[in-house]
Amino acid sequence: MHALHIRQLSKQYLNGPRALEHIDLTIEAGDFFALLGPNGAGKSTLIGIISSLLNKSGGSVEIFGHSLDQAPQAAKSLLGLVPQEFNFNVFEPVLAIVVNQAGYYGIPRRHALIRAEAVLKQLHLWDKRHNQARNLSGGMKRRLMIARALVHEPRLLILDEPTAGVDIEIRRSMWDFLRTINQQGTTIILTTHYLEEAENLCRHIAIINQGRIVECAPMADLLGQLTQETLVLNTATALNQIPELNNFSLQKITSHSLEVTVSRHQGLSALFAGLKQAGIEVVSLRNKQNRLEQLMLDRVQQQMPEVAT
Amino acid sequence: MSALYRVGFQTILFKEIRRFMLIAVQTILPPAMTTILYFIIFGQLIGERLGDMAGFRYVDFIVPGLILMAVISNSYANTVSSVYGSKFQRYIEELLISPLPNWLILAGFVGGGVARGVIVGIVVTGVALFFSDIQIYSYSITFAVFILTAILFSLAGFINAVYANTFDDIAIIPTFVLTPLTYLGGVFYSINLLPEFWQQVSLANPVLYMVNAFRYGLLGVSDISLSTAFGIIFAFTVALATYSLYLLHKGVGIKS
Repeated sequence: MHALHIRQLSKQYLNGPRALEHIDLTIEAGDFFALLGPNGAGKSTLIGIISSLLNKSGGSVEIFGHSLDQAPQAAKSLLGLVPQEFNFNVFEPVLAIVVNQAGYYGIPRRHALIRAEAVLKQLHLWDKRHNQARNLSGGMKRRLMIARALVHEPRLLILDEPTAGVDIEIRRSMWDFLRTINQQGTTIILTTHYLEEAENLCRHIAIINQGRIVECAPMADLLGQLTQETLVLNTATALNQIPELNNFSLQKITSHSLEVTVSRHQGLSALFAGLKQAGIEVVSLRNKQNRLEQLMLDRVQQQMPEVAT
Repeated sequence: MSALYRVGFQTILFKEIRRFMLIAVQTILPPAMTTILYFIIFGQLIGERLGDMAGFRYVDFIVPGLILMAVISNSYANTVSSVYGSKFQRYIEELLISPLPNWLILAGFVGGGVARGVIVGIVVTGVALFFSDIQIYSYSITFAVFILTAILFSLAGFINAVYANTFDDIAIIPTFVLTPLTYLGGVFYSINLLPEFWQQVSLANPVLYMVNAFRYGLLGVSDISLSTAFGIIFAFTVALATYSLYLLHKGVGIKS
């Protein structure tokens, strides 16, 4: 079953740029899907059209088989959106925001109150239910938008940078929460600039750039395509000189750290053996950049000349 | 589907009513205060010297116009401020992503405007009863004009808010268009007092038809025939409702 099926979707802003170029995209029910791309790539435009906040210029969108054009009420009732920008009435109490949203989906008030209590407790906002939204912290406001998006129990949840500006502790608790609702059956589409977040949570990924999908694949397959990784090694003692090792390109960063690029076929054993022989003891290592970040940059850069022509 | 429509409409309507009732000092009391001043100055102090108008004491003659003036300005003010506020803070998106059809979203906002117009109208009528001694000539006509006028100006407020990009934009129309039309719409005088030319000019003012139809409902006198007045009110209401739905459908001022 397709949770989302997009065909030839395009968007031309009036007197503005062409934001989407005939996009085709299918997301299966139950998936946790990452939609990545640089700023201005078209992610928010795509989400805006799916959630009926923007008019499309062409193409079609189906949510669980219901066309946004032919059966908008059926399609929209299955969708929940957590937008990038805060979009609630800041003068309203938290509980009223969530209960009213349920009302817009035809849920009677007495049921809406029960559901609102459940989602606000799950997102640790129940104690704040009588507070005006403007008095919440940034992280609480983000969680309020998630609670509001979930109160009508959508089958497809779209989160547009839900953890932007949220501290690491709250971010990780939000990840746990999103994993849980995905395991319970909610299909999730996530856009984020924290690529670690996408790598941790998502099973499929699409990279969008300049209004086009430049990559769409399972996360594992995509990461498997990485041909090399750049590692930063921290050493126990100060580095006087950089040893020359066969097939490895080493570069000193600080007195106690160096950088090395390792191809997939090389493996790390030969590297560590060579370093040990040179009297260098490695105490820790890390990827210089997130693997997904490297991959995304590759795909985006590959597309540049193609578009320029 | 009926549950979606019923609950959705109730949610928007109750939210709108709660919004203006929470700030009743700004929304309900000022029209009452203004009306008291009108009655004291125009009804008592000046009106006593003017004598009768259209066969009624001047203070009684201006009652229908003053009530309707409050209904017009408050119905308009409610939708224009509420819709623009929801655009400004972007919480209109809560409605746009929901499965509610456009006509129901419009009905909810208009329902809020009508509710405020009705409450203010009742308050102003209560004030009027302290100063005048009016007997309602026709309850059905009075009620019909009262509600239709509130609907019409709620729709007008909605359209203003859709096009508004700044807070100035929602103040310009009420100040420079609505207020002059209301004051020149026969609230304080019968157009029969005007020279022929200005009588004809006055006929281009839609508010004139509402004020006179309402005056007919309350006092049984009107400068305009009732069928013409109702025809104009219906025509404007249908035209504005159709245009509002078109704007919502196209997403003018709301969607890119």
